[in-house]
Amino acid sequence: MSTTTFGGVPADEPTAATEPSYLTSENTIASWLFTRDHKRIALLFFASVTFFFFVGGAAATLMRLNLAAPEGLLQPAVYNRMFTMHGIIMVWFFLIPSIPTTFGNFFIPMMIGARDLAFPRVNLLSWYVFNLSGLVVLFSLIMGGADTGWTFYVPLSTVYANGYVLAAALAVFINGFSSIMTALNFVVTIHKMRAPGMTWMRLPLFVWGIYAVSVVMLTATPVLAMDTFLLAVERFIGIGLFDVRHGADAILWQHMFWFYSHPAVYIMILPSMGVASEIIPVYARRPIFGYAGMTIALMSIAILSFFVWAHHMFVAGISIYSGVFFSLMTFFVAVPSAIKVFNWTVSLHKGRISFDAPMLYALGFVLLFTLGGVTGLMLATLAVDVDLHGTYFVIAHFHYIMVGATVSAFFGALHYWWPKMTGRLYPEMWARSAAILMYVGFNLTFFPQFVLGYLGMPRRSYTYPPEWQSWNLLSSAGASILAIAYLLPLLYLGWSIFWGRKAGPNPWRASGLEWATPSPPPKHNFEETPVVALGPYSYDPENDTFIDQEGVLHAR
Amino acid sequence: MYHWIPFWPDTAAVNGVVVNNLYIAELALSGLIMVTVVAMMVTFCVRYRDGTSTSRANLVRETWHFEIAWTIATLGLFLVLFVWGAQIYVWLYQPPPADEEVYIVGKQWMWKVEHAGGQREIDALHVPVDKTIRLVMASEDVIHSFFVPAFRIKHDVVPGTLETLWFKANKTGTFRLECTQYCGLQHATMQGEIVVMTGPDYARWLTSQGVEESLAQQGADLFRAHGCSGCHGENSAVHAPSLSGLYGTQVHLQDGSVRLADEAYLRDCILNPRSFTVAGYPPIMPDFSGQLDEGDMLKLIAYIKSLGGGQESRR
Amino acid sequence: MPADTELMPEMQYATLAQQGETAQFGMWVFLTQETIFFGALIFTYFLYRTTYPHEFAAAAKDAVLWCGTLNFVILVTSSLTMVLAINAAAQDVRPNRMVRWLIMTVVLGCLFLVVKGYEYYLDFQDKVVPVVAFEVKPGEGSAGVLFWVFYWVATGLHAIHLTIGIGLVLYMLLWRIRRGEISPAYYAPLEVVGIYWSFVDTVWLFLYPCIYLVGRS
Repeated sequence: MSTTTFGGVPADEPTAATEPSYLTSENTIASWLFTRDHKRIALLFFASVTFFFFVGGAAATLMRLNLAAPEGLLQPAVYNRMFTMHGIIMVWFFLIPSIPTTFGNFFIPMMIGARDLAFPRVNLLSWYVFNLSGLVVLFSLIMGGADTGWTFYVPLSTVYANGYVLAAALAVFINGFSSIMTALNFVVTIHKMRAPGMTWMRLPLFVWGIYAVSVVMLTATPVLAMDTFLLAVERFIGIGLFDVRHGADAILWQHMFWFYSHPAVYIMILPSMGVASEIIPVYARRPIFGYAGMTIALMSIAILSFFVWAHHMFVAGISIYSGVFFSLMTFFVAVPSAIKVFNWTVSLHKGRISFDAPMLYALGFVLLFTLGGVTGLMLATLAVDVDLHGTYFVIAHFHYIMVGATVSAFFGALHYWWPKMTGRLYPEMWARSAAILMYVGFNLTFFPQFVLGYLGMPRRSYTYPPEWQSWNLLSSAGASILAIAYLLPLLYLGWSIFWGRKAGPNPWRASGLEWATPSPPPKHNFEETPVVALGPYSYDPENDTFIDQEGVLHAR
Repeated sequence: MYHWIPFWPDTAAVNGVVVNNLYIAELALSGLIMVTVVAMMVTFCVRYRDGTSTSRANLVRETWHFEIAWTIATLGLFLVLFVWGAQIYVWLYQPPPADEEVYIVGKQWMWKVEHAGGQREIDALHVPVDKTIRLVMASEDVIHSFFVPAFRIKHDVVPGTLETLWFKANKTGTFRLECTQYCGLQHATMQGEIVVMTGPDYARWLTSQGVEESLAQQGADLFRAHGCSGCHGENSAVHAPSLSGLYGTQVHLQDGSVRLADEAYLRDCILNPRSFTVAGYPPIMPDFSGQLDEGDMLKLIAYIKSLGGGQESRR
Repeated sequence: MPADTELMPEMQYATLAQQGETAQFGMWVFLTQETIFFGALIFTYFLYRTTYPHEFAAAAKDAVLWCGTLNFVILVTSSLTMVLAINAAAQDVRPNRMVRWLIMTVVLGCLFLVVKGYEYYLDFQDKVVPVVAFEVKPGEGSAGVLFWVFYWVATGLHAIHLTIGIGLVLYMLLWRIRRGEISPAYYAPLEVVGIYWSFVDTVWLFLYPCIYLVGRS
């Protein structure tokens, strides 16, 4: 049985490690700040992205407080800057880096049987560059922020906006370098450093998810880099390639921006899909349904994501034939996502299911992703998008995916791998309660926004007509519950570091290579390079046994 | 027809009526998909939870059959939605012959409306019911978006070019107009009203506005004042293309390309004549960038259109 | 100086060969991304050039063809010297020939920057610096300035990349080669720098016709 409730005894007793763990091997600050160990870098990133999550969350709190009543709370200029900074910080400083830089960094080498990533110094540099971009964005925020929306549409952002647009654009530009370095490291590592026997089709789906996201990052982020660079130049000197007064096309910015930013939203979801595919088999005690189909789906989503960008521009002034093409492509990219939802759901069939916190997060992920996905179909439909574009419907749609799905997956991964990373078990009942509370709070916050959207409430509005107040109030109330659900893990996970029960190497009885090491792992991961004999998820629900990737059978 | 659905928004134009059916179909489909996924998940979680004695033997190993089946089913369903939506969209953006044209200038943070007869409004648009209205929209500064929820129509208003939109209201009343593209500080309050009136009421409203010159007449004044008539006028000695009958025709440009002489083309010519020189004519037209604001542009265009020409065609 | 001690791969690599191959693969991946970066800029250029062909042709008349062409020759030659250096690394036990070719490469790279700097000086005199020192030339209209914005952004970014390349070659000379870490047994780091250098050259291959050959056919 795999439930490890507070007070219960884990399946494997903690064993004495033969070398000190990566946490305790060296203790100076310098050994952390100049580390090349991918596991320590993962924790450094974890600290950074968590910090920015709460900064972005604070902006969201102010926004929802303001929207609880039409009279509002904030000055319009302040509200406008809050929603812009909320978008910029959440997208580039939390959602894009979160899963790859924390769990990707920590577990990719371990899951493929390597001792570290291909380029450890580049990995550390990526963290420093990330923090540099973070300093620039904080500067922008503290000095008053930009008020252009995270999309920086011209000519508002180049000519008409007051505020710290240049700093915000520069922050995003620098942040791009961090993304690129991380992605490059993952692509090269997965290609070149797999342990003997670890073929592509034996890789865990989390590795595939990180691989897919890294390919997208490498292809899309340079376009963003050029966009933000040109924007910064134009803002700085007063003239540029997006300048309508000199014959430039105002819609060009939108094309170039969305060419990156649509793949960016898939950058935000692909790792979470990998996480869900990793967690569900463990707690259902059976193989994932359709492993090969899942890998094809991940790569198809990655590739197709580059062909749909103008679905953000159906009413922007593109030709109707462009609109038709991009709508068709958008429906195509929805197909692999739908396949994944079916496969996750059917991966519960004939399983032996337990409902630990990671599983609750993973199941919640599937449901919230599905709801976000079907509303995405509505937005992909040209005629309906004409009505819904630019309204709260779109906001609800993307928050269901980015917050409902991605953040759920982040928390799921955090709880799933917590024992491995820290050597401690978290208190299970607290964790399950937080997961359920999050789910309830999330739906209360964002479902009313669908209604507001089709009633016609425009997005990015600091006020609204009084007849829409009840929906807004409901949404704000839900947000307060959601805030508590996000704060709770800080408390009980923090508690568990000092007082949590010690974890064994494999408290969840999972089959991946990372679980064959002590918890927490030693600095060099493996005593000897593992030799891989099998694919992942060889769980047998009938006999409740499993075979790990090195081929060892683990009986009940 | 759908007013029995709770919280369903008002529909007041033929555009909206057509969209409603697709809308409701998709909402229903979404509901169906959610119910199916939830039902499957709950059933499996209950039946196969750890501790039940249901048999776990014979797991499905050959998953391809299911995956191909639900891939094809999903793709087929999506293609139906796509075609339905695309058909309506193409219809929404290809204006039929219009009964009336109205010119809109969006600027931070108001909508300036000018009827062809010269009547002007701010943040309001009076139109007759059951008539096809064609809007020609310009922006004076940033990108705005003209959105009437009750009509289910929307289009961005982009600086540097002209956009068009059409609708045919089928109910009288007052309907909300919103700006849905963030345009700066007071974006949230850049709202207005579309007032749909019966034919006679509208005619009365028009005459009560106290205008002296129609939009085209104002355009004619500008045409003379800026010297356009010097080259394009009937008695001009300069070899310049004639403007009468120009609107709506196909124009052959010097670089070999062909363009439709719609509002956007006329605007381009005035602001960037060098790149839009008509084939067979010398590139001597001075450019007027910086000398005319969007309101002036629309008046000139209204004047040129009044010189005769084809029906405005699809964009 | 030939090394007596055997060079060990880093802890995460099984062999030096794996380390070298991985480093080169990494550089190719990085350069793919850089190609997309410059590609986005060149795409914008082509978009505006096809929309405003006359304005661009008029504006480009002030581009200093001899500087651009001289720089083209300089860079292509420097790619040759770089390849010769790598060749020497693969063949020679002693580093002298390799060092000579690398120094030549650095000299050529710096020469490019000098010529470019002089060209920028001429550009100031010709008043083609947007906002700072700019005059609209006949036939250029209001769109001609877009050509010059592209020119300054593209050549500026290219110069930055070239400077980084020069820095990398100097790093090889003053650090890795001096410590005897480059030899026929393992010269992958030099190959990696060489690939990067060729990329910088290739970018100029694309910028050259965009800037200097507009309307000159």
